[in-house]
Amino acid sequence: MVFFWSILVLVLLVVGLAVLLTVAESVLINYGICTIDVNAGERSLEVEGGQSLLSGLIESKIFIPSACGGRGTCGFCKIEILSGGGPMLPTETPFISRSERRDGVRLACQVKIREDINVRIPEELLNVKLFTSTVKSTTTLTGDIKEIRFSLIEPAEILSRPGQYVQVQAPSPDGPVFRAYSISSATYETNEVELVVRLIPGGVGSTYLHNLEVGDTVEFTGPYGEFIFDEDPETELICVGGGAGMAPMKNIIFSMYEQQPDRTCWLFFGCRAKADIFYLEMYEELARKHPNFHVIYGLSEPKDDDDWTGETGFIHLSLDKMIEPDGGKRQAFLCGPPPMIDAVTQVLQAKGLEDNRIFYDEF
Amino acid sequence: MSDVSPWVILIASIFTSNILLTNFLGMCSFLACSRQVGTAIGLGTAVIFVMVCTTAINWCIYTHVLLPLGIEHLWFIVAIAVIAAFVQFVEMFVERFSPRLYHALGIFLPLITVNCAILGASLLMITRHYNFLQSTAFGFGGGLGWMLAIVLIAGLRQKMTYSDVPKPFKGVAIVMIITGIMAMIFMGFAGMAKI
Repeated sequence: MVFFWSILVLVLLVVGLAVLLTVAESVLINYGICTIDVNAGERSLEVEGGQSLLSGLIESKIFIPSACGGRGTCGFCKIEILSGGGPMLPTETPFISRSERRDGVRLACQVKIREDINVRIPEELLNVKLFTSTVKSTTTLTGDIKEIRFSLIEPAEILSRPGQYVQVQAPSPDGPVFRAYSISSATYETNEVELVVRLIPGGVGSTYLHNLEVGDTVEFTGPYGEFIFDEDPETELICVGGGAGMAPMKNIIFSMYEQQPDRTCWLFFGCRAKADIFYLEMYEELARKHPNFHVIYGLSEPKDDDDWTGETGFIHLSLDKMIEPDGGKRQAFLCGPPPMIDAVTQVLQAKGLEDNRIFYDEF
Repeated sequence: MSDVSPWVILIASIFTSNILLTNFLGMCSFLACSRQVGTAIGLGTAVIFVMVCTTAINWCIYTHVLLPLGIEHLWFIVAIAVIAAFVQFVEMFVERFSPRLYHALGIFLPLITVNCAILGASLLMITRHYNFLQSTAFGFGGGLGWMLAIVLIAGLRQKMTYSDVPKPFKGVAIVMIITGIMAMIFMGFAGMAKI
C-alpha cells in the first residue's frame, strides 16, 4: 500500500507541477506578434515575439552582420534602436561605446522582441541579400591558403564596392554559423564571388570552405563593409598585406585598374618564406600593363635555398624605405595580423597619412 | 508542536536566528551575487518569494498528504520538486518583467533551486514541528533574513572596491572574513528568542 501511495503521490505531484509550469509559460512567455518598424515607416515587419531581434530580422530577409551565431561574442550585429528594446544588458556593454549608447545602439542578438520595436538600419544593410551559389573552382595557393570561386545562382548578380565582405554560412554542431570573408574578385565580376581563405585548425568557417568541392552549394549573405574607396585619380593607393591578408586588396586593385589604368598604386605583401608567396606572377603581369602599379613582396624568414633576391625583413620596413614622406594625397588599405597593422600604421603616420586615410582589416 | 508565536518566529528568523548567518545555508549564491546592492536586492526578493511559497506548499503537502498516507520517506524528493518548479516559475516571471535583473542574476536564478537555504527552511520547519502559520512566518522571515544578509554584504563589498585589501585576502577571502564577523554580531543576540 505504501508503494502504491508513494508512486501515486509522486506522479500526481510531477504532473501537477508540469501543468502549472506549462500554463505559466504560455501566459508569461507569450508575447504574441510584434511589429518591427524599420527607418520610421519605410518597412514594417510582423514577427513572432519572444525571439531575438537578430533572428526576427533575418526571418524578414534583413541580414544584419553577425559572426558568432547570436551568442553576443562578436559584436557585429550593432543596430540603432529608437524605442522598445528594453534596457541594455550586461552582455552588450563591452561592445557599445559611450557615444553609441547615447544613440541607442544595441546588439541585435541580445535584444529580445517583447513589444513593438522601432529600429534604424542603414540603407546598405537593407540591400544585403542571401545568395545561393555553387563552387566553380578551388585552387590551392600555398600550403594552407585556398582560393575558392563561387558562381552565383540566386540572385545571379552581386553589386558591391571594392573592399567589402560576405558572410558565409557554415554548418556547425550548434547549427549554422556565419563567418566573414573579404571578397577577392573584382567588383566588375558581378556574377561570381571569389574568396581567399587560410585554413585555421579547428576553425568552423575555414575548415568548411577548405573541404568544399566543385559543384557544392554554398549560401552567403552580403555585401557588407564600410570601406569607401577614394575615386580621385590623383590619390595614390597604398595596399599592405601579410600572411593570408590578400583578398580585399586584390579586389580593390583589379577593380581600380579596370576603371583608371593610370593610377599610382603600391602593393606591399609580407610572407615568411618563398613557399608562402602567392599571386606574385599575376601582379607582375598587371604591373607590366600598368606602369604606375608597383608590387613589392617581402620575406621575413627566407630559407637558405629560397633563392630570393627581393625584399627581406618585415614588410613595414620595406614600406618605410620605398614610400616618400608627404607624397601628396594618399589612401591606404591594410590587411593582416594585428602586429603588422600596428607597425604599418605607425610607418604610414610618420609618412604623413592621417588616421582617416588608413583603413584596415584585422584578423 | 512548537508554541512560539509566528511573530516571534518571523522576527527571530530575520535577526537572531538568521538562516544564512547562523546556519550558513545558501552560501554559494550569497558569495557570488553580492557584488552589487541592486543585484542582491533582486536575488533576495526572488529568494523571499520562493521561500514563502515553498514552505507554505511543502507544509500542506507534508501535513495533509505525506503524513496521513504514511509516506514521509518521500519528503525530500517532494520538497525539492516543489522548489524546482517554483524556481522555474520565478525565472519566467523575472525574465518577463525585469530582463535586466534576469541577465544580472544569470545562472544564479535557476540555481535558487539548489540554494540550500530554501530546502533548509522546508526541512527545518518539519523538524521544529511548526504549524502552517509558523511555517509561513518562518519562510518569510528566513527569506527576509537571507536578503538582509546579502544586501548588507553587497553594500560592504561595494564600499570595499575603494579600499586597499591586502593581496592574500582579495576576493572571496575577505568576504568570508566579513561574513564571519557579521555572523558573530548576529549570534550575539541568539539567546533572546528560541525558535
